[in-house]
Order: sequence, then C-alpha cells, then structure tokens
Amino acid sequence: MTTIDDRTTEAAVTGAGSAARITSAGASTSEGGQELRPRSEISQKELMREAGAVLRMSESAAAALSELSADAGEDQSMIINMGPQHPSTHGVLRLMLELQGEKVLRCKPIIGYLHTGMEKTGESLTFLQGGTNVTRMDYLSPLNNELVFAMATEKLLGIDGDIPERAQWMRMLLSELNRMSSHLLFMATNGMDLGAVSMMLYGWREREEVLRFFQKVTGLRMNHNFIRPGGLAADLPAGWRDDVLHLLDMLPPRLAEYEVLMTGQPIWRERLQGVGVITQSEALALAATGPILRSTGLAWDLRRDMPYLKYREVDFDVVVGAHGDAYDRYAIRLNEIRESMKIVRQILERMPSGDYRIQNKKVTPPPRGRIDESMEALIHHFKIFTEGFKVPEGEVYVAIESPRGEIGCYIASDGSSVPYRMHVRAPSFVNVQCLPHMMRGGLVADAVAVISSIDPVLGEVDR
Amino acid sequence: MTVTGADQATSSASSVSASFVVPQGAVVGESRGQKVLFVESAKYLAAIESLYRDGFTMCVDLTAVDYLTHPGRSLPTGVVGERFEVVVNLLSLSRRERVRVRVQVADNASLASIFDVHPSSEAMEREVFDMFGIRFDGHPDLTRILMPEDWDGHPLRKDYSQGRIPVQFKGAAS
Repeated sequence: MTTIDDRTTEAAVTGAGSAARITSAGASTSEGGQELRPRSEISQKELMREAGAVLRMSESAAAALSELSADAGEDQSMIINMGPQHPSTHGVLRLMLELQGEKVLRCKPIIGYLHTGMEKTGESLTFLQGGTNVTRMDYLSPLNNELVFAMATEKLLGIDGDIPERAQWMRMLLSELNRMSSHLLFMATNGMDLGAVSMMLYGWREREEVLRFFQKVTGLRMNHNFIRPGGLAADLPAGWRDDVLHLLDMLPPRLAEYEVLMTGQPIWRERLQGVGVITQSEALALAATGPILRSTGLAWDLRRDMPYLKYREVDFDVVVGAHGDAYDRYAIRLNEIRESMKIVRQILERMPSGDYRIQNKKVTPPPRGRIDESMEALIHHFKIFTEGFKVPEGEVYVAIESPRGEIGCYIASDGSSVPYRMHVRAPSFVNVQCLPHMMRGGLVADAVAVISSIDPVLGEVDR
Repeated sequence: MTVTGADQATSSASSVSASFVVPQGAVVGESRGQKVLFVESAKYLAAIESLYRDGFTMCVDLTAVDYLTHPGRSLPTGVVGERFEVVVNLLSLSRRERVRVRVQVADNASLASIFDVHPSSEAMEREVFDMFGIRFDGHPDLTRILMPEDWDGHPLRKDYSQGRIPVQFKGAAS
C-alpha cells in the first residue's frame, strides 16, 4: 500500500507518470451500465430471459442450455474485453466475453464508439445534400445507402413511378457492382481474420478494380453522392461498357483462385464449418437479414421477394446455405459475387438509352448550359442549391437489399426542404445482435471468425 | 405485394383495406401507398402480439420521431397526436407484406417493451431510449447504447440543438 502511494506521489511530482496514465486510460473505456455485468450481480432469470426470448423457449429450457451451473462462482468464469481496439473487430467494436476456460459463456457487444450523430445531421441537410450524409454510413456499400435514401425521397415526392428507365438500370448496375466490391472486401478481411493473410491482398486488389470503375463514373472511389433523388448525378462516361466487361472478364479466374486458396482447404473448412451457428428461428427473432438469414436456409432476398428497380426483369439465383454457420456465410457471399456478375451481364445487354434523371424542374437542377440562356433555369438552379426542393408532408419507409441485408430509410417530412426526421435501418446494427447467440458455447479462438462472418460495418452500426 | 385485400368496398374511413387482421382499437391509415396502423399506447403490446400471430413475425425496425416542432401534422381522425411517436416496421415473410405501427407517446410517458415478442427490438429500443429518452417498460437492459453512459440529454430530441457548445469568436459580442 505504501509503495503504491509512493509511486503515485512520485508520478505527480514528475508530471506524466505511467501509473496515472494507466488509470486514466482504464477509466475512459468504462461504460458503466452498458457493460456486461458479472454473474454474481444478475439473477438467473435476467440471464436466461434474453436467451429464452430469442430461442422461443421457456426460461427453464433456456437455463438448460447454459452448461455452467446457476450458482457458479466468480472463480469459474471471467469477463474479458475484446476491443474496442482490435484488428479484427472491423472498426471499433467492443465485445465483453465471459469465459470459462476457453469457452464463451456470454458475450455482449458494446457499440457507439463511432457514433457521430448522422441521423441528427440528416435533419439539417436538404434532401439534395442528404446523400452526402447517408453515403458515409455503410462506407463499404455507399451506393446502396444513397439508393435507399433517394428512393425514400422520391416516394415522398410521389415521383417514384416516373424515374426514367436508364436511370433505373444505371442504379442497378452501380448497386450490383457495389455488392461485388463489398463482398470482395469481405473475402479479404475474412481471410485475414482467419490467418490467410495473402487473401487480404488479393481481395483488396480486386475490390480496387471495381472502385476504379466507380472513380471513373462518379469521380470518387467511395462516398460518391452519385445517386440522387430523381435519378443520378451524371450519365455513364464513354467507354463504360468496356470497363465493365473488363471487370467481368477479370473476376471469374480470380474467384477460382479464391476457391483454391480457401474453399477447398481443410484448414479453412476446419476453422469455419460448424462455427457461429445460428438457427433459422433465432435469425428471424433477431431480424437478421442478408447472408446471415440466408445461411440458415431461408431464401429471403428483397431483390427477388419485394422487387425494386428492375430486378423483376433480370434472372438471378438467391444463394442459400443449410447449416447457418460461418462457412455458409462465406460461401454465400462468394457465390453472390457470381450472381451479381450475372445480373451485370444482363444489365449490359439491356441498358436502354434515354435520360439518366427525371425531367422535373423542381427536383432536377438544369444543365449548366441552360443557365446562361434562361432566366428560369438560373432561378431553379439557385433555388435548388440554396433552399432545396420542398417535399410534401408525410412519412415513408423504403427498404432495399444491401450486401449486408435489408437497409431501410425512414423519412418523416414536415413539408420543408429538409427531412424532419431521417432514420436509416442499418443491417449491421441489427445483425450485431446475433453475436451473443452465435458465440454462446463456442471457443474464444472462434470469436474472430464469428465477428468476421457477420461482416459488420461499424460506421453503419453507430451512425 | 398486393396492397388490397379481400374487401375493397368496406374501406370507408381508411383509404386502404387491410389484408390482415386489424388489431383491436387500431386505426388503419395509409402513407404513400404503405399500410400504417395507429395504435394507442395502452393497446400497443397487444396489437404487436396480434400482428405476430397474424404472420408479422419480423420486427425489422423500431424508431421514434419527436414532433415537438411540428405539432400540426396530419393524422387520421380518432388519433390524438402526442409529442413522440414510436414507429415499428413489421414484416411478414410469408405474405411479403409490410405494416408500420405508429404509437403516440406523451412526454415523460413510457411504453411497453415488445422484447418478449420480438427480441430483435432489444438494441432498437435501447437506441430510442438513448436518443429520445422514451422508456420501455419490461426491457431487459435499458441502458444507453450509442452515447456514453454519463451523457446528459437525448440528442435526437428537437429541443436538443446541434452545436450545444457555443463557438466563441475573438472580440465578437456574446
């Protein structure tokens, strides 16, 4: 006791002492009531309520799942932190794990470290500017975020039926390419998390090829703000068809390489098969969507089941798994890249000519050349970019299929040019809730594989 | 995807006829072709349970709106607007149908948690509590989720302004 006192006084004298710094760093990660509480502080009922509710079983049946006896002492288990700074938490996700030896008994994700109040920001940006905000939420599929925001705005405006054909096909092209780039990055990070470090390089390399096309089309690799209410910001550039064909020619042999490197490898299969299993009823109870829901064998894909854009007119398969494990989720994403390529090929054949945005002077800014000739065009241009266009009062919820699941946008408008309330239903935010159920009873060494298989984007979880 | 149900003729007050069993006391509304149910806060949990039995087994989204600065919003007759509105988006996978439940919640009032019906609402209700300060009775772990534990205020309320920390300019008044 005296030695500690001595050290702290010494630290105080010398200024920035290491002991003082450690205590302050420890205090800064404390989230009090948000944290996982030790077993001694919670009742068995509380402990089992959550598990029982998800599994749709009685508390006693849920209690039987836990292999640790109810009166387990503190010495039998321990709570450790994984994150918020951890290379495989895909951002700043903090998991509190209760371990018994190497077995995970409980797990609680603690989020909010990337919270920047984007929904609040959305209430001060006009409907035209809103795209710059939502595109930064799920930064791995920005075009899907923009698409759902634009579609919600169009529905509020009542112009969702008037979007030109070419704009819809262009949106589909970008959305599918974005799905490919997002899944390619998943291949990279999933490989890296499981020790296939070379896979990280290959995955990023292929994704970069897709992003290069995005840069040519939108001007930016990420955060494009290209899909806007009423259509798109610009038409496709000259030579876009050759670029897409180049991508479609380049990717299949690379995907075949992935199969050799990962799919067929016994080590890869050992690490993923039977790990992070979730049942179909659990996934439905937790409202998990996307590859997680499909890995349980349920073919639910909004592109097919509640079609938007022109998905009704293209032919593609919904890839499903059977076991609900991490391997199924990997295999689904790999094959969804192939399905997206199939869709992109059909888009190339069917891309119509025409306008890439709606010709509604109140929504679409006039072309630059018209501003020099027409007084009205100048007024419209000025009004749209200063005040924005007014959106009638009402509220809508629009959902599309992002690479991670259902991304929805709820907008309530009070009749002004900024959303009264803009809420994004982020698939990762909901999917992260699956972590405790996927990890229960698993090994701590598999925790990384399970996080990776959910493929969360923390920018979207925290918004 | 079909919006209309069995009987189109009986829709007198509401503009959309429901293809599902409307919970007791709910007012059927419509917003841009999407089905909306207005439910009193006392009958909220029962309505969610009724819809669950009717096939709306997935609670896709739960959020809230603070109508403090927009009190005159248009609501169907029979619905009295309160300051907050909790919005629940339900999905029926078998019928490929969505319905949105809107509940009016007064300031400082609490609402029943739907956690036992839809466990997916765990994080969403925590987010609404964190951002709006609406309490959910019966929620297993109603703590802040995005903001730090000791945060003061609820950021998405309309009386919580942006830029609360005033920016000071040298030599300027105030």
